[in-house]
Amino acid sequence: MTDNSAAAPKPKGKKRLELDPKLAAYRGVWVFVEMERGQVHPVSWELLGEGRKLADVLEVELAALILGGDVGECDAAADQAFGYGANLAYTVADPVLADYRNQPYTRALTDLVNRYQPEILLLGATTLGRDLAGSVATTLLTGLTADCTELAIDPDNRGLLATRPTFGGSLLCTIQTLNYRPQMATVRPRVMAVPEAVSGRTGQIIQEKLQMVEEDIIAKVLEYIPDQNQEKAQLAYADIIVAGGRGMGRAENFQLLWGLARVLGAEVGGSRPVTHAGWLPAERQIGQSGKTVRPKLYIAAGISGAIQHRVGMESSDIIIAINNDPNAPIFDFATYGIVGDALQILPALTDAMRSRLSVSRRAG
Amino acid sequence: MHIVVCIKQVPDSAQIRVHPVTNTIMRQGVPAIINPFDLAAIEEALQLKDRYGARVTVLTMGPPQAEAALRKAIAYGADDVVLLTDRAFAGADTLATSFALAQAIRKLGEEEAVDLVMTGKQTIDGDTAQVGPGIAKRLDLQLLTYVSEITDLDLSAGKITVQRRSEGGVQVIKTRLPALITMLESSNTIRFASMPNMFRAERQVVPQWNRDRAGIEDASKIGLKGSPTVVSKIFTPRPSSQRAKMVGADLDATGVANAVLDVLSSDHPRFAREIGLVTP
Ligand SMILES: Cc1cc2nc3c(=O)[nH]c(=O)nc-3n(C[C@H](O)[C@H](O)[C@H](O)COP(=O)(O)OP(=O)(O)OC[C@H]3O[C@@H](n4cnc5c(N)ncnc54)[C@H](O)[C@@H]3O)c2cc1C
Ligand SMILES: Nc1ncnc2c1ncn2[C@@H]1O[C@H](COP(=O)(O)O)[C@@H](O)[C@H]1O
Repeated sequence: MTDNSAAAPKPKGKKRLELDPKLAAYRGVWVFVEMERGQVHPVSWELLGEGRKLADVLEVELAALILGGDVGECDAAADQAFGYGANLAYTVADPVLADYRNQPYTRALTDLVNRYQPEILLLGATTLGRDLAGSVATTLLTGLTADCTELAIDPDNRGLLATRPTFGGSLLCTIQTLNYRPQMATVRPRVMAVPEAVSGRTGQIIQEKLQMVEEDIIAKVLEYIPDQNQEKAQLAYADIIVAGGRGMGRAENFQLLWGLARVLGAEVGGSRPVTHAGWLPAERQIGQSGKTVRPKLYIAAGISGAIQHRVGMESSDIIIAINNDPNAPIFDFATYGIVGDALQILPALTDAMRSRLSVSRRAG
Repeated sequence: MHIVVCIKQVPDSAQIRVHPVTNTIMRQGVPAIINPFDLAAIEEALQLKDRYGARVTVLTMGPPQAEAALRKAIAYGADDVVLLTDRAFAGADTLATSFALAQAIRKLGEEEAVDLVMTGKQTIDGDTAQVGPGIAKRLDLQLLTYVSEITDLDLSAGKITVQRRSEGGVQVIKTRLPALITMLESSNTIRFASMPNMFRAERQVVPQWNRDRAGIEDASKIGLKGSPTVVSKIFTPRPSSQRAKMVGADLDATGVANAVLDVLSSDHPRFAREIGLVTP
């Protein structure tokens, strides 16, 4: 959306609205299962967890959409999707879909939507998901709400209430797609929790064909260079994160964070000024324009707790904040606060942690 | 070669407040800038111009004040600019925005065929990253999102090769022109404005295109009417219910460290056992 629409008048929707029969024909909640080179992105499971809740409220089925290069891969992903709550899976397996390309993926997805008409379609707000969602929504001429942090159903009209941050996280807005179907939304990885997988749950697989051959596709993937150390995935899904901000002073002081991270088996992240200054690589930025994380423990050293940082890490289970300013905003939402110099606290914390861990490991 | 770069003027800071009574955005006093991610698109276009020769047209849709952003673009080195402005565009969501921009690009193409459209990765106010893909779809351009580098451009063959970011790696993709590229941030740094361009930026006329001039006949596709999504509520994030438990006041660093581990272990015994902080 644009800022202009932010001031749009509130639609009056208190009475139960009768849906246009054309729209009412759209039923069911769909989740796009994002697979790259046989690997399912965990955001797909997070979306299935959320999709399950929406489908239960609507009393409809939850379907997983799986596109991939090979039947075995697609079936394996479908089995997993059933474990995470899907009742059925639509799969399109074709060598043309082995690597992500906009044209065949858009075609496969829009064909499926036109044929089976879901009311809600959710995708991960990943590079792949955003590329695909924008193209599919434009092809279908329907509404798309990007980067949602909360999804719910409007009891008055069965519509999707999609809430997302705007203006860099300083505001939230709830967006609805009233007169178009499907209602599309993307959700960032780690915003929703991964549901518990239930083993032995099954569902129906509906196999569809891609209405396209390699010759129809203009873009060719010449090469795929996988990331060396899978850094991106690791940070978003780390159990413990040690993060530093501008208060760390300079690049060299990040050794203190890396030291503590080693003892804890943690990942290192940082605020935007830190990645901008090159103290950490860009993919380790946490926050609104970086990664969303939800570790069990987040240690923030020299980070003020600006809203753009906060939206990326506030779902962490436990937050320990170290800041020499007792009025730093981070103390408004951290679990534990330490007022002091991070450069002194961090080495002490590393030592204390190391000795306790080794004692308990010897004892245990 | 004709390159069209789409930029948006956005409020500079995130210090936007909501009016407590009307629940509308208060932008007064917040300076407007070119969306930072769009600078990467402008710079990349100018580099292509330096390398291969090109006409670079910068396009924005916005209120009349957005002219300032276009003058800035001229100062960086843009050849031509167009301000798409009309009350009828107000309230556009990404679908309606991409429709209007696509229409204007089509018009620009009537003067000189457009080979490449460039956008930023996303805006910092809307941040949907959807306008680029939307324009590409409407104009049937090859879509290349999250591009970090244009590695090859073969104008005679009409082919382009880029590196683009995917979730777990980098794709090297070759496709045909015309294409639309959304540029990744930090792929380049915007150049300094040159003196002659700064002078030109002051003098050059900024053409303002309204709906008719952009060749948009169907008013139901633009602005609020052309937007499938509606904002039903806008609010400030709820303040956190809890303030941090402060630990270790008056202790030295070692004391603080031990105190925080003690309270962590007693408040969260399961987690403490899991990481081996306490003996199971
Ligand atoms: C559109 C937009 C997107 C943004 N996206 C992000 C994002 O994704 N992620 C992000 O992090 N930011 C983002 N920001 C920037 C954000 O607004 C803040 O500027 C940023 O988070 C501040 O980083 P910081 O806390 O490291 O630095 P500062 O705000 O400068 O805070 C440094 C803190 O360190 C403390 N300190 C100083 N010395 C010490 C010491 N020796 N020991 C302990 N504490 C010390 C200070 O008291 C202070 O609280 C974005 C901004 C905008 C406008
Ligand atoms: N009003 C606009 N005028 C021109 N270009 C725009 C406009 N809105 C968005 N864009 C372009 O589309 C990109 C993505 O925007 P968004 O979908 O809002 O995140 C931006 O980086 C701009 O390049």
